[in-house]
Amino acid sequence: MTDWPILSTVTFLPLVGALLILMIRDDSEIGRRNIRNVALLATSFTFVLSLFIWINFDSAEPNFQMVERVEWLGSGIAYHMGVDGISMLFVILTTFLMPICILASWRVEKRVKEYMIAFLVLETFMIGVFCALDIVLFYIFFEAGLIPMFIIIGVWGGKRRVYASFKFFLYTLLGSLLMLLAIMAMYWDAGTTDIPLLLNHDFSAEMQFWLWIAFFASFAVKMPMWPVHTWLPDAHVEAPTAGSVILAAILLKLGGYGFIRFSLAMFPLASADFAPLVFALSVIAIIYTSLVALMQEDIKKLIAYSSVAHMGYVTMGIFAANAQGLQGAIFQMLSHGLVSGALFLCVGVIYDRLHTREIAAYGGLVNNMPKYALVFMVFTMANVGLPGTSGFVGEFLTLIGIFRVNTWVALLATTGVVLSAAYALWLYRRIIFGALEKESLKAMLDLSRREKVILYPLVALVIFFGVYPMPILDVTAASVENLLNNYTAAIQSAGDVALSN
Amino acid sequence: MYHAIVFLPLIGAIIAGLFGRSLGAKACEYITSGFLVFAAFLSWIAFFSVAYGDTDVIRVPVLQWIQSGSMSVDWSFRIDTLTAVMLVVVNTVSALVHIYSIGYMHHDPHRPRFFAYLSLFTFAMLMLVTSDNLLQMFFGWEGVGLASYLLIGFWYKKPTATAAAMKAFIVNRVGDFGFALGIFGVFVLFGSISFDTIFAGAADFMPVEGADPGMEVVLNFLGYSLTRADALTVTCLLLFMGAMGKSAQFLLHTWLPDAMEGPTPVSALIHAATMVTAGVFLVARMSPIFELSIDARTVVVIIGAITAFFAATVGLVQNDIKRVIAYSTCSQLGYMFVALGIGAYGAAIFHLFTHAFFKALLFLGAGSVIHAVSDEQDMRRMGGLRIYIPRTYWMMIIGTVALTGVGIPGLYFGTAGFFSKDAIIESAFVAENAAAGFAFTMLVIAALFTSFYSWRLIFMTFHGKPRASADVMHHVHESPAIMMVPLYILAVGALLAGILFHKQFFGDYYEGFWQGALFTLPTNQILEEFHHVPFWVKLSPFMAMLIGLVTAWYMYIRSPETPKELAAQHRGLYQFLLNKWYFDELYDFLFVRSSKALGRFLWKEGDGRVIDGFGPNGVAARVQDVTGRVVRLQSGYLYHYAFVMLIGVAALVTWMMLGSAF
Repeated sequence: MTDWPILSTVTFLPLVGALLILMIRDDSEIGRRNIRNVALLATSFTFVLSLFIWINFDSAEPNFQMVERVEWLGSGIAYHMGVDGISMLFVILTTFLMPICILASWRVEKRVKEYMIAFLVLETFMIGVFCALDIVLFYIFFEAGLIPMFIIIGVWGGKRRVYASFKFFLYTLLGSLLMLLAIMAMYWDAGTTDIPLLLNHDFSAEMQFWLWIAFFASFAVKMPMWPVHTWLPDAHVEAPTAGSVILAAILLKLGGYGFIRFSLAMFPLASADFAPLVFALSVIAIIYTSLVALMQEDIKKLIAYSSVAHMGYVTMGIFAANAQGLQGAIFQMLSHGLVSGALFLCVGVIYDRLHTREIAAYGGLVNNMPKYALVFMVFTMANVGLPGTSGFVGEFLTLIGIFRVNTWVALLATTGVVLSAAYALWLYRRIIFGALEKESLKAMLDLSRREKVILYPLVALVIFFGVYPMPILDVTAASVENLLNNYTAAIQSAGDVALSN
Repeated sequence: MYHAIVFLPLIGAIIAGLFGRSLGAKACEYITSGFLVFAAFLSWIAFFSVAYGDTDVIRVPVLQWIQSGSMSVDWSFRIDTLTAVMLVVVNTVSALVHIYSIGYMHHDPHRPRFFAYLSLFTFAMLMLVTSDNLLQMFFGWEGVGLASYLLIGFWYKKPTATAAAMKAFIVNRVGDFGFALGIFGVFVLFGSISFDTIFAGAADFMPVEGADPGMEVVLNFLGYSLTRADALTVTCLLLFMGAMGKSAQFLLHTWLPDAMEGPTPVSALIHAATMVTAGVFLVARMSPIFELSIDARTVVVIIGAITAFFAATVGLVQNDIKRVIAYSTCSQLGYMFVALGIGAYGAAIFHLFTHAFFKALLFLGAGSVIHAVSDEQDMRRMGGLRIYIPRTYWMMIIGTVALTGVGIPGLYFGTAGFFSKDAIIESAFVAENAAAGFAFTMLVIAALFTSFYSWRLIFMTFHGKPRASADVMHHVHESPAIMMVPLYILAVGALLAGILFHKQFFGDYYEGFWQGALFTLPTNQILEEFHHVPFWVKLSPFMAMLIGLVTAWYMYIRSPETPKELAAQHRGLYQFLLNKWYFDELYDFLFVRSSKALGRFLWKEGDGRVIDGFGPNGVAARVQDVTGRVVRLQSGYLYHYAFVMLIGVAALVTWMMLGSAF
């Protein structure tokens, strides 16, 4: 079944769609409609195709699967693709959310052609990042993916879009340069850029120290971790709805994926040494940004800050370096992809009607939008981590993982369950509950058919994975176990060496 | 059968919630109520077959839930006598409340939603009590919290209702914070969170006579290395924190009175009979580990006793009919925790069981009163209703005699509360716990207060001259049969539950009834010993009840001016009680305002001034200084970025190629 290069097909199919769109003229309504349809078809087809990756995936196999390898550029850099239990589901998440984003952008009128192309190109790069098994290839996808995102914010964004994407740019730049240097150093040391080979290469403790810092600089910004998080609220606020969805659901996950794939797996000694730092930053992120979220007056900013808090659980879980922490972190990332994406879509629904993100402009929407109120309630509860929604599983597993390592961190991080309830329910109360008094709101209609098509599947998935998370946990188990075995072995042998000296 | 008991309410909730509009309100009411009545019927069958038969614990696996590393949790039911008792309580009260609501909510346009929430609540509560592990229990725990939130805020147009809903959820989450940490602690100590493993593992923590008390460190908690005994105490206390939140115990009680903003049937079901007793259930369920930690149980006793006393004092002066009953609930939950803390688990669960009947009766009766006087809740604008709504009056009287524990001391004859409450008070007298003496005193005083405020409620509402406007009085009417029948059924329970079941719950048939569902150490003979207390101890709750009744009669019937004079004379004390010991103000200052201020500070100063100021904005300002003006920044930096990246890749590749060439 894996005779044909399924990963490359899935990765580059959106690009084919983009090329098709390039050929359509967008000066007529029909042309624009065709552009939208092509984009929707391309992304939907990519999604369906990507499901075959999941179907053919062997959960018992801890190593990379569906591997493709073509020598490229000479000198050892290869076009090397493959997925394992850690990366596979991120591919699915990306392909699943893309058609939803295209649908959510159905009403975009400004430069539709460029808009759709930007999204399709973005999709290719995002899938590529998760499939790349060569570190140079990874770097190219990783960095290139940010360019369409800049464009999406910079062109289709809100009033302060220039400031927002500038901030995004500044933060990213430093991290990228350091990562590039680190990649060079790794090649210099190991003589290869092949990820599976690098995973088995033992870097010296000192080298791990510097490499870890360099990668950390890049991934911490993407996550984003405190204190390099301030680009995120601005980027979210200015980005168009679909841009926010991709940003929150997928781009933020690049950081977490990077931490697992590179920092933890390749630099175990440094990871163990730096874990306290990560814990500290994670806990600060959870408490600090939750408190900040409490006081936001802009809906998108509030959700953005809550994202930072939720990513705090992820970083904490990863560096807890045990099965619950790591699987919980992966689960939390996937779940947050669904939930935060859905929350931004929910904001989009009312933004499309009233063109403001100010919380104070709303109130009492349950009166004329009961379906919306219900959907928003489900995602609010998932965001709060209510058991029975997907938000709970990740939060619970990361917390139990960290409790085994450090109870102080667990205690402080668990305060997040109180704070998240506070900001999320207060938001819900101000927007949804109350009497419908504001004149501007009275004409607002409940969910349209298109909006239902977008939101209902997300509701179903959020509840399904809350009640039965096993499909995800099964896929990740073998690879996570393998990674952790190597991790503990590395730490142990380093300890033995230290003892024998 | 157990699947049906638990999932019927869920199916009802889904039908009413999602298809309510197309089915119509009537259909939703009948479907959800019908399902509940059937589930209640099955629950009684389960109760008799489990508690009276000699079947072992029944385990019903449903679905795998979470499996990660050594951590494995399933959706699964575990039915023993404790669960069976809870099934009966939950489903019976819920079914009656469903039926009652058909009448009570008659005018509400959102009835399908209301019944969906009620059934959803019942489902979550059933998941809680049937759970075979701590995590599923936590699911039910938070699920009932959600349903409670939705139901308190049911009238979403009322700002006070939505505020109360939010408060209830968040305060409960404070307790859940402890509960969650407790679950983590249990996992570390026992390597599992399923009850069977925990209970089996508890044997390792048993203090062994003469053996060296283990100094082995089993848990590092917040920098302290804890030995077995200490680790167990800490874990129990964390779990108890969850119980305090859900059962509205002292310090985490503030949400319960506010929860009265919800419709009255909700108060009866959730905030009296079932959800608030979840904390009691949790401690009873975890009796195999609580029993081993005397220190943890001492804390339980102290908190319970303070709550019983505190809530009763506040109840003395409240004027809202529902708030009086709410504080009464809070106080009675304190009794249950005292019983748990001194090791009299059977008595605690028995009080839970009887309390469900008479407190639901009182709440639904109060609902019937409120219904009669055009939604008025202030007792100062009631009075003299006895003649207009006699049936409701008698039901309330039955509820009151049951709550205050009317019975004949020394003989086994009396109302439900007489058996259950007096058993707790007497057990507190004989208990060996360090705080038992304190608890005994508090509980007797609370019993006096209970009697006073309960009769005060009756006298203010039903006796004296009508104080409502003529218009309201003109409309006063007895409630329809659909509301009265549930009251009659509950009244039977309130009168007879004590006589019928006391031997099972803590008397001669204890062993055969519980079959090990409640764990007690061999040294714990409290439920045997309390039968032999001195007569004055048996008499003390009775006297307290009598004094309360007489005082209430004197102050509200004989000489109605006395309360006002007293309030004027002791103004400070009166205000202190009326304002509920100023807890809301204190918490608002300590937590709400300070969190908001801190949040604003971190946002404006932390993110705004420090991070952005020195970070991106600082850099931007420098850049602007240099260039003097922003030259097409918009398009410029994007290309810069792409350029830098491409240069980087090119450099990398070149360097590698060069490297490989050498």
